[in-house]
Amino acid sequence: MGDWMTITDPGLSAESKNISQYTSETKMSPSSLYSQQVLCSSIPLSKNVHSFFSAFCTEENIEQSISYLDQELTTFGFPSLYEESRSKETKRKLNIVAVLNCMNELLVLQRKNLLAQENVETKNLKLGSDMDHLQNCYAKLKEQLETSKREMIGLQERDRQLQCKNRNLHQLLKNEKDEVQKLQNIIASRATQYNHDMKRKEREYNKLKERLHQLVMNKKDKKITMDVLNYVGRADGKRGSWRTGKTEARNEDEMYKILLNDYEYRQKQILMENAELKKVLQQMKKEMISLLSPQKKRPRERADDSTGTVISDVEEDAGELTRESMWDLSCENVREQLTNSIRKQWRILKSHVEKLDNQVSKVHLEGFNDEDVISRQDHEQETEKLELEIQQCKEMIKTQQQLLQQQLATACDDDTTSLLRDCYLLEEKERLKEEWSLFKEQKKNFEKERRSFTEAAIRLGLERKAFEEERASWLKQQFLNMTTFDHQNSENVKLFSAFSGSSDRDNLTVHSRTQQKKPHSVSNGSPVCMSKLTKSLPASPSTSDFCPTRSCVSEHSSINVLNITPEETTPNQVGRECTNQKWSVASRPGSQEGCYSGCSLTYTNSHVEKDDLP
Amino acid sequence: MNFSEAFKLSSLLCRFSPDGKFLASCVQYRLVVRDVSTLQIRQLYTCLDQIQHIEWSADSLFILCAMYRRGLVQVWSLEQPEWHCKIDEGSAGLVASCWSPDGRHILNTTEFHLRITVWSLCTKSVSYIKYPKACQQGVTFTRDGRYMALAERRDCKDYVSIFVCSDWQLLRHFDTDTQDLAGIEWAPNGCVLAAWDTCLEYKVLLYSLDGRLLSAYCAYEWSLGIKSVAWSPSSQFLAVGSYDGKVRLLNHVTWKMITEFGHPAAINNPKIVVYKEAEKGPRLGLGRLSFPPPRALAVPLSTSESKYEIASVPVSLQSLKPATDRANPRMGVGMLAFSADSYFLATRNDNVPNTVWVWDIQKLRLFVVLEQLAPVRSFLWDPQQPRLAICTGSSKVYLWSPAGCVSVQVPGEGDFPVLSLCWHSSGDSLALLSKDHFCLCFLDTEEGIHTALGQQDSQA
Repeated sequence: MGDWMTITDPGLSAESKNISQYTSETKMSPSSLYSQQVLCSSIPLSKNVHSFFSAFCTEENIEQSISYLDQELTTFGFPSLYEESRSKETKRKLNIVAVLNCMNELLVLQRKNLLAQENVETKNLKLGSDMDHLQNCYAKLKEQLETSKREMIGLQERDRQLQCKNRNLHQLLKNEKDEVQKLQNIIASRATQYNHDMKRKEREYNKLKERLHQLVMNKKDKKITMDVLNYVGRADGKRGSWRTGKTEARNEDEMYKILLNDYEYRQKQILMENAELKKVLQQMKKEMISLLSPQKKRPRERADDSTGTVISDVEEDAGELTRESMWDLSCENVREQLTNSIRKQWRILKSHVEKLDNQVSKVHLEGFNDEDVISRQDHEQETEKLELEIQQCKEMIKTQQQLLQQQLATACDDDTTSLLRDCYLLEEKERLKEEWSLFKEQKKNFEKERRSFTEAAIRLGLERKAFEEERASWLKQQFLNMTTFDHQNSENVKLFSAFSGSSDRDNLTVHSRTQQKKPHSVSNGSPVCMSKLTKSLPASPSTSDFCPTRSCVSEHSSINVLNITPEETTPNQVGRECTNQKWSVASRPGSQEGCYSGCSLTYTNSHVEKDDLP
Repeated sequence: MNFSEAFKLSSLLCRFSPDGKFLASCVQYRLVVRDVSTLQIRQLYTCLDQIQHIEWSADSLFILCAMYRRGLVQVWSLEQPEWHCKIDEGSAGLVASCWSPDGRHILNTTEFHLRITVWSLCTKSVSYIKYPKACQQGVTFTRDGRYMALAERRDCKDYVSIFVCSDWQLLRHFDTDTQDLAGIEWAPNGCVLAAWDTCLEYKVLLYSLDGRLLSAYCAYEWSLGIKSVAWSPSSQFLAVGSYDGKVRLLNHVTWKMITEFGHPAAINNPKIVVYKEAEKGPRLGLGRLSFPPPRALAVPLSTSESKYEIASVPVSLQSLKPATDRANPRMGVGMLAFSADSYFLATRNDNVPNTVWVWDIQKLRLFVVLEQLAPVRSFLWDPQQPRLAICTGSSKVYLWSPAGCVSVQVPGEGDFPVLSLCWHSSGDSLALLSKDHFCLCFLDTEEGIHTALGQQDSQA
């Protein structure tokens, strides 16, 4: 009772009460509800209990209910609700303090009960779920058991079948073996039979042969002859010798000589081979010693090491061997020593290699302490780095490829690709725009220049016309006054010679024939120049050096200026101009009208240029 | 590679003289001797009947012509054309005739192997050797010509007699522990004689010159045994080909087996080069389309050109299934030959008849496999260098060397089925024999051959 009394906190308990109430109402199983009702029948807490209370206690029966409660409480061991009465007669008074105490106690009890109940319920739930789980497990295991039982039965069946088969096979094998045995016996018996028959037949055959031999050979067959023109000498030039015991002995000797030679030859070969092998062995030994001797120092540094002594032994042996130069001796004497020393060295080498292996494995286990190990670590790091780089590069390449593919795949339809393309071409576009604007400016400039040129040309035409008229009048005058002005003649000739250098190579009569033709021929120059101009538009020098002449022409309408222009046209330029002249003539009907037509011509030219431009 | 014109020939009888100067060939009953360098006819001899066998004497001075049907042997001298010699075996008959190594004696075997008659050209003396055995290879001479070994059969037992060739004195006579001796062969150094038993039993016996048994070797029992035997020119190895399709190499020190070469029908080792003869497509030139079509077109297999292709392993070779219930089944290693330098061994397994195996003896492993379009009839090593000539009965000759291999069409009008071939002792030329013609094939200098082979390789 003491411990739950200590935890009671009025505020907290009230809250928990409410909560518990709520939870109990919502969560409780019917059975627990019932029990609660039973419990609460005497404890006035829940709402329905309140309602019950209202029914239980009314204005009229307060006394009775108090006494009832008092009784009830006293039976449960609570102190009486009434004050201690001094006498039986006096009416007992309700002790409020006791009532409150009782109520508090009841409430505490109630809370404790509720807590306990909750615990029990959760425990119950837990147990229930545990139970379910266990049941499931049980079912599963049962199934497994079943299946394994079935499998076992199947396996047993198979085993049985295999055993059966095995037995059959054994039987078959045995049969086969028997068969083989039988057949071998048959073969053997047949073989003996065959051999026997063969022998019999052969004997008969031999008898026949013998008989035949007697018949054929012993009858002094005249036919068996050799018909030779003359006998030839022996290949070795010697005469044939009689067969005697001596020749027999000689033959024997020769035979043995041959055999001996053969054996000697073989022995020599074997000796050579042996020598070679010995050499190899020696070399190997030397190498072993040289390989093992640097090791010797290290083991000696260590106090207790058996290998050091062994090596020193070996060295001594080796020294002995080399001293005695035993290699030239026959092997028998040295063999044991040699093999022993080789074996020892081999053992050392083996242990050494094993040690090395151990060291390597140790190093692997310990991690990287040594310097070269560290370098290896570095190496690994480096390789890792490089691998990472490779990975990155690969990814880069992959993304690039993807992008390229995307671009290729959805070249026209997708907005994103167009955007992407824009991204790619932005720079270029900007550059192009700049160029375009520059180009436009240039074009404007050119346009301006052209206009000025045309104006100049028009002016020139006008001036020329005027000049021609002037000249014509002057010529006329001169012609008329030919005889009178002799000294002026030489000047005129000069002038004409100068003119003859220009496009018109006609003589003086042609020049003077028509006044209308003269402007034509002169004005020929301007369209030619125009065409030349259009051709060499981008090249500014030509225009620039053309400009001054035009301006000159426009400024000075005198003869000497005109003299300059034909001089400028060099012979090969003339050729070009001639070809151009045809074109210009064709494109211009009645050019002598002057300014307007020339103007229009320039415009058409400019149009042509425009077409050409893009 | 150049070819001579085709000359007439009968019974495949065409031999180079041992000194390499002359070439003897037979046309019916005529013997024609030509100069090898010019191919001009040097001598012409006429025999009494159709010649069935010819043989040059070792000193190239005499030629022996045997006419077995008549029991006659005629000998001609190259130096004295008017000299003649005729040996008549009379009613005893004749089944074999050969020179002794000194070139002054002729050994004639009578019918039924009753005896061997040794006729001397120097003296009137005639010797008889009784009881020669009728077997695969019953007579063998040592390379130096000193000794002759002869297989004999008396009282149902096999014997070997060793004679000294200079005076035909019997040196040794011993019985061999064989059921039915099938052949004997001297080692090239003349000190060891190999004798092998009949095919019913696998047994090789090795005898010293003095008749001691050095060793006996038996690979297995109860099955068909030895089919072919060959000594290496260095006398170091004895190759024994048997009916189980294997070649076993015995060494000359312990006479034990060093290795055995199986002849499987499938080759899986990628180290082995497999040359496969392949037909080239027929050339459709205008010159070919003549009318009437020549006979050559009617037989496309033997006349269409072929080349070697390197087959990629694994390769399965064409093999026959032998009829095991018949006598002499077509199976087992029936042909064996070491190259002159002993570095290579060429073999043919009879149930894979189109194929020649070339083994590397230094490394003791298979080196090259050549698969032809037709069954291999014979192959011969160049006497000077490791170069193998093969003929298959088609009108082509095939040459293999470690550098590669070529297939060469024999030129000329009509068909020239090469049935047999023989090398000139210098290795510079090769006689190709068909049924009724022969021609010489002159091989170029080394460089030429190598470039040709290189081209072939690049083509393949």
